[in-house]
Amino acid sequence: MTVVDRSQSRPRNWDNDYELTDSEKRFVAQHIYVAIAALFVGSLFGPLQAFEFSGVDFYQYIEPVIKSYYQGLTLHGVLNALVWTTFFIVGFTNLTTMKGLGRPLSHPHINRIGFWVMVVGLLTTAFPILANSATVLYTFYPPLQASWAFYLGLTLVVVGSWIEGLGFYLTLHAWRKENRGTRSPFIALGGIINAAMWQIATLGIAVEVLTMLLPWSLGITDATDPELARTYFWFTGHPLVYFWLLPAYVSWYGMLPKQVGGKLFSDSLARLAFWMFLIVSVPVGFHHQFTDPGVPQTWKFIHALLTYAVFFPSMITAFTVIASLEYAGRKRGGTGLVGWIRTLPWDDPSVTAQLLGAILFMFGGIGGLTNASYNLNLVIHNTAWVPGHFHLTVATAVTLTFMGVTYWMIPHLTGKALWGRRVALFQTWTWFVGMIIFSNAMHMLGLLGAPRRTPLGKALYVPESWDGHLMRVSIGGAILLVSVLTYVYIMVRTIAGPKVEKALVPAVPVAQPLRPSQQTPLWLDRFKPWLIGAGVLLVIAYGPQLVDQIFNMNLNAPGSDIDLW
Amino acid sequence: MTETAPGPSTGSDDPNLTMGIDPYERNWMRLSIALLVAFAATITVAGFSMGFAVPGADGEVDPRTVLETEPWSSPGLREISPGVYEAYVVAQTWSFNPRELEVPVGSELTIYVTSPDVQHGFSVRDTNVNMQVVPGQVSKLSYTFDEVGEFPYICNEYCGQGHAAMYGVVNVVPASAVSAGNDNDNASDSAEAQGDADGQVD
Ligand code: HEM
Ligand SMILES: [Cu+2]
Ligand SMILES: [Cu+2]
Repeated sequence: MTVVDRSQSRPRNWDNDYELTDSEKRFVAQHIYVAIAALFVGSLFGPLQAFEFSGVDFYQYIEPVIKSYYQGLTLHGVLNALVWTTFFIVGFTNLTTMKGLGRPLSHPHINRIGFWVMVVGLLTTAFPILANSATVLYTFYPPLQASWAFYLGLTLVVVGSWIEGLGFYLTLHAWRKENRGTRSPFIALGGIINAAMWQIATLGIAVEVLTMLLPWSLGITDATDPELARTYFWFTGHPLVYFWLLPAYVSWYGMLPKQVGGKLFSDSLARLAFWMFLIVSVPVGFHHQFTDPGVPQTWKFIHALLTYAVFFPSMITAFTVIASLEYAGRKRGGTGLVGWIRTLPWDDPSVTAQLLGAILFMFGGIGGLTNASYNLNLVIHNTAWVPGHFHLTVATAVTLTFMGVTYWMIPHLTGKALWGRRVALFQTWTWFVGMIIFSNAMHMLGLLGAPRRTPLGKALYVPESWDGHLMRVSIGGAILLVSVLTYVYIMVRTIAGPKVEKALVPAVPVAQPLRPSQQTPLWLDRFKPWLIGAGVLLVIAYGPQLVDQIFNMNLNAPGSDIDLW
Repeated sequence: MTETAPGPSTGSDDPNLTMGIDPYERNWMRLSIALLVAFAATITVAGFSMGFAVPGADGEVDPRTVLETEPWSSPGLREISPGVYEAYVVAQTWSFNPRELEVPVGSELTIYVTSPDVQHGFSVRDTNVNMQVVPGQVSKLSYTFDEVGEFPYICNEYCGQGHAAMYGVVNVVPASAVSAGNDNDNASDSAEAQGDADGQVD
């Protein structure tokens, strides 16, 4: 397939010399600071949960502040899975958009407004959770009823991220006008595809909150349709995991190769993977509802098949990323089948964090395929296997990669040097080891039938045969606690440190493609066909069942009259 | 652009390759597709001709009145024909009604569950029975119990403060012990578990 266009004569170097201004850097950094603060507070509860499993109950000591395991778990889920991720991603996408395109945001005030809307949303959500009036976990399934402020705050966080997304499109649009015929640089395009996917995906949650949960929590309506709410929720809930993952992929494809001294193995396939995610991330949500009543088997099965389709771009990613790394490893003198792995720069904590995250992601991917496999899901649905799974994906592949990114990004944004390179290496390895122990034990517990979202230390049906696994959850949790505290300490020391010479401040690593990106076919650089594809597939794969559930909506579930928590 | 690396990476530099796809990568993509097709075939066979079914749309109820409506007003076990049983189980904060189901070994048991209040879960340990329980909906799955023993059914969806205490048990007894235990239709033995769950009906 050869595409001829007039731009062939104007190859463009991706590694432009654009440097973010001080105020742009501050703006990006503000996102990351909120993210790290959320990770810090949210992660403290993870180990407490893990300790509880082996009967070491810290909740009795923090009772004046946090009333229960479940209130802590709500904080853990919301702060880690929603706040740490979203603020990091939006901040990072600001950076990849500006640096990738080599220009400032076209409408910086739009992004500023978006950011502050997100912050106001975060505070609005935080109050009811801390006041124990929103102990509904981060999935807030009705008819568990939280304070209206909880729903409103989450909505504002999402709306803020939409506004920032708008700022990204306008910037890309402006860049395209200035650079007609040139392929858009991958790191910018990848982040913006993610923003577009997110806007489509969050329609589900937006409709759920605005039409059902807000009116109900405000007392305007008196009941809900919980099954319809679940369908809305998982319309957003599955693509949410790709919203987390794609920025990590941007780094793995578009930055990590540069950090290890190599190149992006295939620009075309990197783009193809991202476009495929735009199309197939959303119409797979019923794979979270395999055990639900009220959704016919046929639709569940169709979504199971589509989930296999969304696995395909991740397989491409596995190949391309590993090939890029191998290319670098061999350039650095590595030989043999696996010898090139050893020659990668394992002394760079940013690189190590991302490599270790990617390694555990392979296991997360295999587990995810199991979860998605229709009737196999009956074995693990709502068991400890599920948190075991997603601590490999969002809490390691994504989180450890984001941590690795901050190891160059915070110095870059603040003009400081990373404090404690060796300490940072220790941090990445402890996360890796702690998570292997923790996650393996959680998977095992799940296979034995242990339920998730349950303080197993005091559950009434726990057989002795689980004890060893429960203990390993606690041990993994303890190692992870050390790791997360170390991480926050490194960040604080770095931010508080002195400014250093410009030459010592890391630049944004932007990987060049092995083959010039101008040779990438044009259809891999255009939003329109893919957006249309996404819309069509959504209508086919979600339309009929969604319309059926909406037309048969029954707002008849009022919830409970007693105090639930 | 002229840099090449030893090993499979070299192919990518050839501008004549379609989209620059390396032959190794092409094969990898083929393999991925083959693998996914094989998985799809497996779940299709298991799900539709071997009977490893997931729940579907098995009826709706009104959560406000369900506890006064047959059969939910008298939850429990019913024998449909020899060796074939049906159980209606109400999941409500924070207990199952009934708390115990006793069936002779080898029986096929179809379990129906609903909730008058919030969402719950119903999973029977060591079996493939695992259902989300959603107010307004009826969850249904069947299972043949081929071994004698106690199979706890556990609430595996967060439902409030008492969630970790919410469970019951399927007692699978030897065929000879049947007659004694078969009479728990109206599940009077679950009364102790009631206590806090009445405010629902008005
Ligand atoms: C410090 C390391 C961490 C430890 C020891 C830890 C531990 C745990 C444990 C034991 C649970 C299961 C609780 C239950 O099901 O009853 C859990 C749930 C969860 N964790 Fe973590 N976690 C850690 C970090 C993270 C991170 C970094 C993220 C996300 C970025 C994360 C996201 C979640 C989510 C979304 C849940 C599910 C909450 C729910 O079921 O509502 N965790 N964690
Ligand atoms: Cu999913
Ligand atoms: Cu429960």
